[in-house]
Amino acid sequence: MDINALLMDERDNVATCVVPVARGQKVMYKRGDKTVTVEAAEDIPYCHKVAVTDIKKGGQVTKYGEMIGEADTDIHVGCWVSHLNIHSVPRDYDSELV
Amino acid sequence: MEFWGYKRPEGRAGIRNHVLILPACACASESCRVVASQVRGTVNIIFNTGCSDVAANTEMSQRVLTGFAWHPNVYGVVIIGLGCESVPHQELKRKIQARTKKPVVSFGIQEEGGTLRTIEKATRAAREMAAEAAMQPRELCDISELLLAIECGGSDATSGIASNPAAGELSDLLVDLGASTMISESIEWIGAEHVLARRAATPEIHNRIIEICREYEEHLAAVGQNCRAGQPTPGNKAGGISTLDEKSLGCIRKGGTRPIVEVLEQAIQPTIPGASVMDTAGYDIASITSMAAGGCTAMVFTTGRGTPTGNAIMPVLKITANEKTYRVMEDNMDVDLSGIIRGEYTIKEGGAILLKAIEDVCNGKMTKAEAFGFSDVAVDHICRFI
Repeated sequence: MDINALLMDERDNVATCVVPVARGQKVMYKRGDKTVTVEAAEDIPYCHKVAVTDIKKGGQVTKYGEMIGEADTDIHVGCWVSHLNIHSVPRDYDSELV
Repeated sequence: MEFWGYKRPEGRAGIRNHVLILPACACASESCRVVASQVRGTVNIIFNTGCSDVAANTEMSQRVLTGFAWHPNVYGVVIIGLGCESVPHQELKRKIQARTKKPVVSFGIQEEGGTLRTIEKATRAAREMAAEAAMQPRELCDISELLLAIECGGSDATSGIASNPAAGELSDLLVDLGASTMISESIEWIGAEHVLARRAATPEIHNRIIEICREYEEHLAAVGQNCRAGQPTPGNKAGGISTLDEKSLGCIRKGGTRPIVEVLEQAIQPTIPGASVMDTAGYDIASITSMAAGGCTAMVFTTGRGTPTGNAIMPVLKITANEKTYRVMEDNMDVDLSGIIRGEYTIKEGGAILLKAIEDVCNGKMTKAEAFGFSDVAVDHICRFI
């Protein structure tokens, strides 16, 4: 089976499915040289994200090696990650100044 | 690397040689459209402001009008004013002539005695100018004369993982060749501002990037608005972008990795060669207008969901890495980079594809938005569309 998802950074806990993946199908992506497989717990639309680890409610969701938001609820591995279950959090600009 | 362009005494070479029919205020926009429809070689813009405005908005309008007139892709300018606009057409003409030796004429609808008399005079002037413009040959110009704008809009998840990184590769290639590039849309730095700021050439630039994002949020908060409410857009969400932070982290990749040498206010021309950033709205039409007024001579525009937007004086090259979007919107899309998503070629190779495509545009190849004659303009206000 071919790679059907991309992990943008090794620190990420979500991968982007580059083809639609139906519930029960395998999501296959590269983490470094290693090929990793998880089972889709839900239908994942084209170019949407799938959790590749369990993410606790309030936990950080990471893509590109950076935080893209926090989980609104427990998100289990293989579940669809979207605007419906994560949210953006305010920035701490003072800490970013040099 | 070189391209065939139009040399200008004031600065960078142009890649087009338009005669611009320029309204001094909104009330003259339709007359300008009629004149431009009558004379081959001319372009017009529809302007939505220029009257009954506070000083800061008048300043912004003037930056856009003088920036468009001075623009390297413009051979000469025919201004049409009404006669009672905030900045009279004669004064706009003087401002433009203070910055450039290119031919500039102006007419006022109230002084000329109405639409038809104004259009007649302006059309004759435009015809003469267009005939002269057609005599100017293209000359070989070094690629360092190019100032490329990089924009993204109608984004989906393919933008951040493929087309924006490829545009970033293009930016790096051009900067290494001595050319200059610009990204904007500062609301779409929020959540990624700390990553963008790492590219700053100085601590001052680093902090300015952070402060721009803070100021944007505070500006919205001051009128009870939240920048995370309108962003991402419904289309972004449907395309797999879940938060403003995710959108921003994808957006900033289009600027590449080279040091940011200058932070610009809207519609201001850069003074230092290299990669720059401009503080503009996220609204595509406004940020494109500001970057064109800032003197960008060509634009690459990445999109996931597809968009038809074009600019009268700055050719806009559309790029998508979403194979379905390219297929269903081929009439609007110039470059298909979906091979990156399918793993057929790398992001780096995508950058090389874009370099060739932009070289063709510089040499005269019309983009699809240009061939349609699209001319979208929006001037940001001090309220920043709030």
